Amino acid sequence: MQEQISAPSSVSIALAGSGGSGVMTAGTVLLAAAAKAGAYGLMVRTSGPQIRGGEAAALVRLGPQPISSLDDGFDLLLAIDWQNVNRFADEIVLGPRSVLIGDPDEGEAPEVFKATGARYIPLSLKKMAKEIPGCWINMLALGISGTLAGLPLQAMQDAVRESWKKPDTLEANLLAVARGAQAAADMAEQLATNGGPMAQLQGGAAPDTKRWMISGNEAAGFGAIRGGVRFVAAYPITPATEVLEWLAPSLIKVGGTLLQAEDELASINMIIGAAYGGVPSLTATAGPGLALMTEAIGLAVAAEVPIVVVDVMRGGPSTGIPAKSEQSDLSFAVSGLHGDAPRLVVAPSSISDCLGATQWAVQLAEALQAPAIVLSDQYMGQSRAIIDRPADSDSVTQRLTAPANAPDYKRYRNTESGVSPMAIPGTEGVSYTADGLEHSEAGIPSSQSKDHVLQLNKRERKLALHDYGPYWADVEGDADAVVITFGSSSGPAREAVARARAMGVNLRLMVLRLLAPARPEQMTAALQGVKHVIVVEQNHGAQLYRYLRAWYDFPQPPASYHRPGPLPLRPGELLNALLEWRNAQ
Amino acid sequence: MNDIVNEAPAVPVQVLTAANFKSSYKPIWCPGCGDYTVLSSVTKALAIMGVPPKDCAVVSGIGCSSRIPAYTTCYGFHGVHGRSLAAATGLKVARPDLQVLVAGGDGDGYSIGGNHFLHACRRNVDMTYLVMDNHVYGMTKGQPSPTTEPDWDSKLSPGGTGVRVFNPPVVALASGANFVARAFAGDLHGTADIIAKAMQHPGFSFVEILSPCVTFRPEQRDWRKLVRAAVVPSTDDAGRAARRLMTDDGLNIGILYAGNRAPYQASVRAAGCSVAELEAEFAL
Amino acid sequence: MSQTNNNAALKLPGTLQDFMAQALQMELDAAERYNEFADMMETHNNLEVAQWFRKMAEVEGKHADQIMSEMGWSEAPSGLRMAPLLTGLEAPESASDAELHYLMQPWHVLQLALANEQRAERFFAKLASLATVESVRKAALELQQEEAEHIEMVQAWLKKVPQPTASWDQDPDPPRYDS
Repeated sequence: MQEQISAPSSVSIALAGSGGSGVMTAGTVLLAAAAKAGAYGLMVRTSGPQIRGGEAAALVRLGPQPISSLDDGFDLLLAIDWQNVNRFADEIVLGPRSVLIGDPDEGEAPEVFKATGARYIPLSLKKMAKEIPGCWINMLALGISGTLAGLPLQAMQDAVRESWKKPDTLEANLLAVARGAQAAADMAEQLATNGGPMAQLQGGAAPDTKRWMISGNEAAGFGAIRGGVRFVAAYPITPATEVLEWLAPSLIKVGGTLLQAEDELASINMIIGAAYGGVPSLTATAGPGLALMTEAIGLAVAAEVPIVVVDVMRGGPSTGIPAKSEQSDLSFAVSGLHGDAPRLVVAPSSISDCLGATQWAVQLAEALQAPAIVLSDQYMGQSRAIIDRPADSDSVTQRLTAPANAPDYKRYRNTESGVSPMAIPGTEGVSYTADGLEHSEAGIPSSQSKDHVLQLNKRERKLALHDYGPYWADVEGDADAVVITFGSSSGPAREAVARARAMGVNLRLMVLRLLAPARPEQMTAALQGVKHVIVVEQNHGAQLYRYLRAWYDFPQPPASYHRPGPLPLRPGELLNALLEWRNAQ
Repeated sequence: MNDIVNEAPAVPVQVLTAANFKSSYKPIWCPGCGDYTVLSSVTKALAIMGVPPKDCAVVSGIGCSSRIPAYTTCYGFHGVHGRSLAAATGLKVARPDLQVLVAGGDGDGYSIGGNHFLHACRRNVDMTYLVMDNHVYGMTKGQPSPTTEPDWDSKLSPGGTGVRVFNPPVVALASGANFVARAFAGDLHGTADIIAKAMQHPGFSFVEILSPCVTFRPEQRDWRKLVRAAVVPSTDDAGRAARRLMTDDGLNIGILYAGNRAPYQASVRAAGCSVAELEAEFAL
Repeated sequence: MSQTNNNAALKLPGTLQDFMAQALQMELDAAERYNEFADMMETHNNLEVAQWFRKMAEVEGKHADQIMSEMGWSEAPSGLRMAPLLTGLEAPESASDAELHYLMQPWHVLQLALANEQRAERFFAKLASLATVESVRKAALELQQEEAEHIEMVQAWLKKVPQPTASWDQDPDPPRYDS
């Protein structure tokens, strides 16, 4: 275990407090302030089970480069009060160089934090806030934490101005930020003589590139619209609801519709109906909802109707841990339909990639007339990051449709590519009945062996033969040992690989974006020169490891590093696992 | 299990109070939530029924209201979203000796659970179904439910759903429920009284409980000024109840219908055929 | 809101025993309710207010003990239903839930307690005016007097706690984390 808790090029701050202390808002404004100062950042939220007023913490990491993972620990824990903050001890790891700030009037800091050896600095936050009538204590916390992290006061105050909704309290809160900055400056000497200053961002101008502040769920929604989705059916479920709530007003703006359904059985069937009618359609859900949708997803496979289902994975199985992340729906997504039912599974690898991957999923679904499942997760979905504006994709969403009065039209005609022109209702002369029953090329129900084999081959072939291009996986580096992973695990994995490289251990990183259909040829090509493989994932059953072993041949049996949620994978933990793996060879 | 017990609930040997039915787990509901009073009413009603906690089962789905089983000392089943009535039906038919109470919210019960609601009323198995209706999805933080007003603005349905509200008492009556009542969480003893009567009444008893959500529907604090004791007394005439309920404005508190349908009887268990004797139909 | 349609006609306690049993039940119910409120506040990290609710629970509990020792009871008589004199929303225990808020201040607790004590005082006053049995009437007047003393006590406490600011119920973090 390294002595230094966090990487020197980033700063990690945890703001904690309960009912009314406003730490989530402070964290968001902190992120916005960092953006103004030219930095990048990531904010993860965590809270107790209460609907409102419970203990909560904003976990923020800032740095000069885009951030897609929390660090191993935190440089600063600032607690407005200590109510049940000890519940977050596993998530807020401190060390001897960490700074621990608490209000002595709110009691002692919990033992679990003190025992880390963190440097405790008491600050009478409540009293300080009272001295500025009309201010919120979280703005004081912002000023203190932002300044300790190296953010200029101007950036923080500008961020507050932009977010403030009540003009008559603005001045008081700008003052509170300044007061906090002053308090942080006053601490500098104390810190310098006791372990050294806190890790700080280096100042710099804002990058030239256009940047956004966005959550994974919002990015997925935007990706859907960019991909051409204009009909969404919605049923709320943690942690996917925000995808749908972002889409609701946005769709109206671009001329689309969102319909709130009575349940997931309805929402999946609604989008199939809309897609059958020619409109690119999508829904978003989590594990339990996806489980309800499976029968109908099979219908979309059999009837060859394009749809996209975003699954924002959470702790499972069953009701599981709704507000925490896990990558445990993989097996289900790639094989959870009855019958032989090939489908597309796409996994975004970061908050930013939620946009591109969802857009790609829409394009694939439409082009291949098949359902696509987008495997996002709570960690990306409900976290917020500063990202470079995602590039516009130049590929266009296009469904192969049948022209009016096409001669001898057969909806499920066998073709070389496996994709048959689809008649859209309203088109003259090419009416057909879509069917989940196995059917002939003309779409007439059939129990004949030749029809079943032909259609099964066709539905498999259309996915297998498609040219997915380089976007199917990101391969970084060129060593004979490769780390294979997907989704949010790629963030900490990439950092771990970078740290290993700095220690002279060279590793290749492969982040899979297209999980289904399997790509044996492309995998072989990507693994040229590889002797050693380890699969990294956040679930209990080593689901990706088993899936890859089922579909791919590796030079030798791969190793597996896997553990379930609710805690996110950390770069340091992965580094240790990777070093151990390499040393064992 | 070979011997299914078919007897009526045992006669209580100790005097039970509401405290016997309250567990030590502290609810996480928001302070001011109507569900606290519902919990108190349920424990009072169970005490009145006199069936010991070990012989009672509380079955729920998913949502804030569905957290209630663990807050009682009864056997609890916290299942999946919307399927509590199905699970409860299975439990009660397999174990008719148990007192079965089903609980949940309006999203769980009328949206995803809508289908099961219809058929539970139709089947008329002897159980009591409490819906804590706050006209919103609370746990997922504020989406419209089937009983939300059509013009209630929300993120998921900007400007309102535009869809007419679901009318649970009418649907329950039309589907065959044997007891239909409405209660208000602001009246502890009145609600306890209605729940006790619901449990005592044979067949499927449905109680819609207006239970304000202080966090997402703070305007529901006004319910206490708006609700009124139902002026028309309860009836056992389904036709009269139907006419009355079709013009009900959702604020009449009391027992609205108490019918005379015989509760569901599982097919009569024939006596005395052993498993081995079943072979006879295959023997050549 | 008047009584539910299923209540019987007004039923006054006929004996001193009945009356004191009901008064005792009221105190016990009140103590239980204040403890429940204290639990809610602890779960929502409002410890200061939780302590005030525990204090009120203690006050009611002491009053209950007092009644029990006066009557020579070692435990509360059970199986009684409330006299429908004040039920529904007028009942002392029903009206208070709606005033709870996870950010409430001690001042709010005391306002709630004050309203409860005043309601209880009115209850005993009404009972005293309607009672036909002398011992019941006397007991009701005594309890009314005790509630009046409680009122004074709560009003004194109210003077000592700070008034809530205009923004006492403002939480910068919405329940839905819109950001």
